[in-house]
Amino acid sequence: MSSPLQQFEQFEQRIHNALDNPQVRKNFRHAMSGLMGKRALSFPDADELSELRTQDRLIRANALLKLPQLLEKLEANLIANGIQVHWAENAEQANNIALDILQSHDAKTVVKGKSMVSEEVEMNHFLEQHDVTVTESDLGEFIIQLAGEAPSHIVMPAVHKNRKEIARLFHEKFPHIPYTEDVDQLTLSARQIMRERFEQADAGITGVNFMVAETGTLCLVENEGNGRMCSTVPPLHIAITGIEKVVEKLSDVPPLLSILARSATGQLITTYFNMISSPRKEGEKDGPKEVHLILLDNGRSHVRMDEELLETLRCIRCGACMNHCPVYVQVGGHAYGTVYPGPIGTVLEPQLLGLDKIGALTSACTMCGACAEVCPVRIPLPKLINRLRSEAVEGKHGVSGLRGQGSLRKNKESVIWNFWQWLYSSPAIYGLFLKLATRLRFLTPPWLGPWTRYRTAPKPAAKSLHDMVASEGFDNE
Amino acid sequence: MNSARENILTRLRQKNITDSGEVPLFVPSYNWSGEEKIEKFSQHIQAVHAEVHRCNKQNWLKTLATVCKEKELSRLLLSLQTEIGKEVQTNPIESIELLQYEQNAEQWKQDFFSDITAGLTTTKGAIAETGSVMLWPTVQEPRLISLVPPIHIAILDAENLYDTFAQAVQEQGWVDEMPTNALLISGPSKTADIEQVLAYGVHGPKELVVIIRD
Repeated sequence: MSSPLQQFEQFEQRIHNALDNPQVRKNFRHAMSGLMGKRALSFPDADELSELRTQDRLIRANALLKLPQLLEKLEANLIANGIQVHWAENAEQANNIALDILQSHDAKTVVKGKSMVSEEVEMNHFLEQHDVTVTESDLGEFIIQLAGEAPSHIVMPAVHKNRKEIARLFHEKFPHIPYTEDVDQLTLSARQIMRERFEQADAGITGVNFMVAETGTLCLVENEGNGRMCSTVPPLHIAITGIEKVVEKLSDVPPLLSILARSATGQLITTYFNMISSPRKEGEKDGPKEVHLILLDNGRSHVRMDEELLETLRCIRCGACMNHCPVYVQVGGHAYGTVYPGPIGTVLEPQLLGLDKIGALTSACTMCGACAEVCPVRIPLPKLINRLRSEAVEGKHGVSGLRGQGSLRKNKESVIWNFWQWLYSSPAIYGLFLKLATRLRFLTPPWLGPWTRYRTAPKPAAKSLHDMVASEGFDNE
Repeated sequence: MNSARENILTRLRQKNITDSGEVPLFVPSYNWSGEEKIEKFSQHIQAVHAEVHRCNKQNWLKTLATVCKEKELSRLLLSLQTEIGKEVQTNPIESIELLQYEQNAEQWKQDFFSDITAGLTTTKGAIAETGSVMLWPTVQEPRLISLVPPIHIAILDAENLYDTFAQAVQEQGWVDEMPTNALLISGPSKTADIEQVLAYGVHGPKELVVIIRD
């Protein structure tokens, strides 16, 4: 077994791989600056934005507060509407539930809408192992499925690829389609390939953006129409999502929808907002005959145990935090090595997987605060990242369920920081240190480990700020 | 998986969270006039490549005929049970064959996917703030009419325009009668998954035509 500290080396290796690929870096920079610009334009009124963020924070906080009651209400209303509800504690259970439903219908081909939760449980891989053919139908997901890759962004999964790479991929996988770098032509090809698969699929699998407890409604947000196809054309629809996606009332939905689309892509609204409340009813001529919902926990109920960390679960998965993150834009989604990248991934993944497994992610943050400033539900991401950093080395906050507390503590580092603390908490010793540092500045080593790998070594000034201020005649207050 | 349900709910019940207070109902309204609503709606939905035609309840069939001619349509899928459908049936449009959705989808899925170029639906109303039409498919007007054909023609009565989605949900009383499927549609199907370049007509309709009847 590798030690928890080895994850730093692995993370660093992934970062290097990302930084060494100028094409990918260019693709990310181009995409992220575009998305930031569009988001800003879609919120022309700062007061409206602020009010809406407060409103949406309250809606999500209220849902988390009442989570057990709301889930029971949701379940009761979904069942009354004819939708079957399944609960999964972990990925294995979720996948087995999906497979059981498919097998009981003899379903061999599945069309899939975009779902990060299905990525989280690696559902495609599991179903393929059990002879179910799964086709991702969202264009971005379709592209990365062809390439055998994972999403690098939660909203724009193929953002790391440019049109040349996609053109080559299409030509390689579908040799009968003439090579083209024209985006409209590539899109049309995907349409033609997918139409047949929608028509013939035995089942559709999708994610869910919001679930309404009050009415027993599943809401899907999308632009392409593939989510509608997957949830309308095949005779069987399976939706999978995390337990935290529930909201109490139908009136909670419009303010969330309004901020989700604008935060994610800068659109006023997405092309489709699809609200599903039942399978095909008596007399109706289309729609799936059965609709199933898989509610996944997978660590979420543990996250909710901590009053501060539970704020993580307010997330509506818009991706604005990663679009605005100076680290994400440089390294891209794959460097994180997790399903959810960027600031929200940095907060969520160590809680789901354990600090001993992926706590190193928390070091990839400059604490600039951009993510918290744009988060539509006001998740204090830097504060939570800082908390997790501290949990990873100290683990003294004693939260139940947070795995790997204290596992990233390095002895040398803690000696240095203890010395630092000692030095800074005594004025006399600090003054002595200051004198020594300025007088002996020529002794500063030119090499300071990782710090000087990319930077020049810091050298104390010849005169300290205190001395300079004193010589100007100010007192020490 | 009943044990999974119990385990999850038990874990959730273990934690009592400090009440964050009532969530105030937030229904923004702009008090736009009828004309302003039509303008805002048209502006927003045209910005995402939908086509908007204005007419009134007397002459709307002419507008529909013009649209069909411009698009060189020969067949139109619609329900003949709606008020609109009945009107179209009694005043046939020249050289347009009317098709009805008579069988269950699985019985004619293949033809549906390959042969139908345009579908016409009514709407439950529309939202001015975002430029969205609201659809509640019914037994008469099934879900796939607005999804599978490459052209979707939606008929909107101007009196059903609301400022915001929140207002429409509240005033139309959605909470008491959610249908099998309710939809907001804002333009034709689109994607920006390749280099953030907008491309229209991925999986849903390539064109959306809204005919507003005053």
